[in-house]
Amino acid sequence: MSTPTPPLPRWADLILLPIINLFAAFFICGLIVLAIGENPIEALGVMIKGAFVYSGGLGYTLFYTTNYIFTGLAVALAFHCMMFNIGGEGQALIGGLGAALASFGLGVYLPAPLAIPLAVLGAFIAGGIWGVIPGYLQAKRGSHIVITTIMFNFLAASLMVYLLAGPMLEAGQQSPQTARLAESTLLPKMADMLRPLGINITSSPLNASFLIALGAMAVFYVLVWHTRLGFNIRSVGQNQEAAHYAGINVARTIIITMAISGGFAGLLATNEILGFNHKVVLNFTAGYGFTGIAVALMGRNHPIGIFLAALLFGALTQGGGELDFEFQSITREMVLLIQGMIILFSGALAYMFNPPLARMIAKFVAPKDPANG
Amino acid sequence: MADFLYQLLLSFDATLRIATPLMLCAMAGIFSERSGIVDISLEGKLLSGAFVAATVAALTGSAWLGLGCAMLAGIFMSLIHGFACITHKGDQVVSGVAINILASGLTIVLGIALFKRGGQTPSLPREDRFTPIEWWGVDMMDSVPVLGTIYRQLISGHNMLVYVALLAVPLTAFILYRSRFGLRLRAVGEVPEAVDSAGISVTWLRYRALIVGGALCGIAGAYLSIAQGGNFVREMSAGKGYIALAAVIFGNWKPLSAFMACLMFGFLEAATTRLEGVALPLIGEVPTQLMLAMPYVLTVLLLAGFIGKPRPPAAIGKPYHK
Repeated sequence: MSTPTPPLPRWADLILLPIINLFAAFFICGLIVLAIGENPIEALGVMIKGAFVYSGGLGYTLFYTTNYIFTGLAVALAFHCMMFNIGGEGQALIGGLGAALASFGLGVYLPAPLAIPLAVLGAFIAGGIWGVIPGYLQAKRGSHIVITTIMFNFLAASLMVYLLAGPMLEAGQQSPQTARLAESTLLPKMADMLRPLGINITSSPLNASFLIALGAMAVFYVLVWHTRLGFNIRSVGQNQEAAHYAGINVARTIIITMAISGGFAGLLATNEILGFNHKVVLNFTAGYGFTGIAVALMGRNHPIGIFLAALLFGALTQGGGELDFEFQSITREMVLLIQGMIILFSGALAYMFNPPLARMIAKFVAPKDPANG
Repeated sequence: MADFLYQLLLSFDATLRIATPLMLCAMAGIFSERSGIVDISLEGKLLSGAFVAATVAALTGSAWLGLGCAMLAGIFMSLIHGFACITHKGDQVVSGVAINILASGLTIVLGIALFKRGGQTPSLPREDRFTPIEWWGVDMMDSVPVLGTIYRQLISGHNMLVYVALLAVPLTAFILYRSRFGLRLRAVGEVPEAVDSAGISVTWLRYRALIVGGALCGIAGAYLSIAQGGNFVREMSAGKGYIALAAVIFGNWKPLSAFMACLMFGFLEAATTRLEGVALPLIGEVPTQLMLAMPYVLTVLLLAGFIGKPRPPAAIGKPYHK
């Protein structure tokens, strides 16, 4: 690397590099499938069919996509402020608690048009509280956000086990779960919403929460690039000291960022709890919070990118389930492996392919050196 | 009273068993973090070690070979971490998350492919595990009133890896504070520029720290699957790597303090199983979850500066650019 690396063109950085990283991740996973003695191409085919082709497959894919959008946005917002929120898991769990409390507490007395927004707000606020405490501790007490959010994941899990197996346990139930939430706070299924409009789609868990996710993407975009708060967030993320001297209250910005970030993660409960399970169960977050990191990294912290990455992971999750039926020795856990590889290549090794790629492109694109021209 | 003391002794005994993997992982974390590399991948290395140990022991019938391969597996995962965040200067936390998820997926995928038991490995016969070692003179000591019981229950009768963990602590302290390698390791975690300008390779030092850590996590994994237990169960590390990380922080990145933290966290867990459903005087019944969550609560409080003042290595988390 003695010769200076030419800068990578923007299109290559935004499109080519992520594709190469993705390809590398799939390639390694393919080798592992091959080593196990199955055909990786065939496995990929099964996953694609399961995710998009089979009846209802797409609905499931978009259902999972919804989860990934929420956690992806949560991680991405914190990234804009240079905060690493790996507490999405815990924030989403507590979001479920918030949705349930709003549903049991107020939802019972109200009609759906009032009750649903309240339950959604409950999820957002509860997730926000679980994000804002680590944010406060980072901003005011200097505790490292990564460690605190990891600890808060475990605290959330402990709290939920205690509540679901104790005070909030449905009477007569053995497994830890709450009673069914108030009917007026449940989100309608997408298939039921589209039927009156004359559109018939196969019934799947896909529900109105998908629309909330699209809305959250829009809010994210406006918030980060078109508001004063967003400007402050990005300034603090770029350079805390410069932001401080420019008169931005750094601590306050960090705290607000973590509150909203936690809120986004909390919204996952609208999909899993209000839209699908209809009661709070244990471990409904199933690793979505961690995968949100991969979604944000691949999506380059931009809503459009996050949507595409969430769709990819949604398809992987749904398609991975199909592996169980079609193969003897590979199962849905293959997806965990793919996720890990994607985080490794597009996150930790994000720039491994950068210098060679840049040199290659520089060779092909005509040099604009005035001395030679 | 005698009964209470006996119960307490049994709790200490359980504490030691629970704390063993924590101690090994915490020492691994200290090596890595003192060299300036954030290590949230302890969990993944522990899990990989447990899987490889049980798999190799099941296939070859040798616990020793299992232990050796578990150490290699831990080192391999460490090298991925190093390749990403030392060689390519990637984000250390992202790399750690990737390794944890990779380990989760890989152990299950390979376990199912190899043994077709839903991710578990076959149960090992007793002779293929590390079994408790009875120390010399246990029966003779039995006649001595208190000491005899302590000798039998607490000091004797553990498997070899428990003693390895207990040795790892003073050894880590010795290497860190009394050897040339340790001095350089601490320096590279504080001011890598100084180490570099003295003509010592920052890269190689950090790689060595990670390799030592990987081997230690491998031993901890082997303890879980072929010493304490008799086979690998999916996700059997169950957050122990994170508790060890908490112990590192709680111990202010110092071997002996981290060791104390491991014992404390271990005792909390041991006490939890004994106190389940028991009403204590004055407080009443303590929820199990609260007891199990104590390591996390304490670490959060410590980090926030409410108990003492944490002092992490100055260069931690920052890739070194020449």
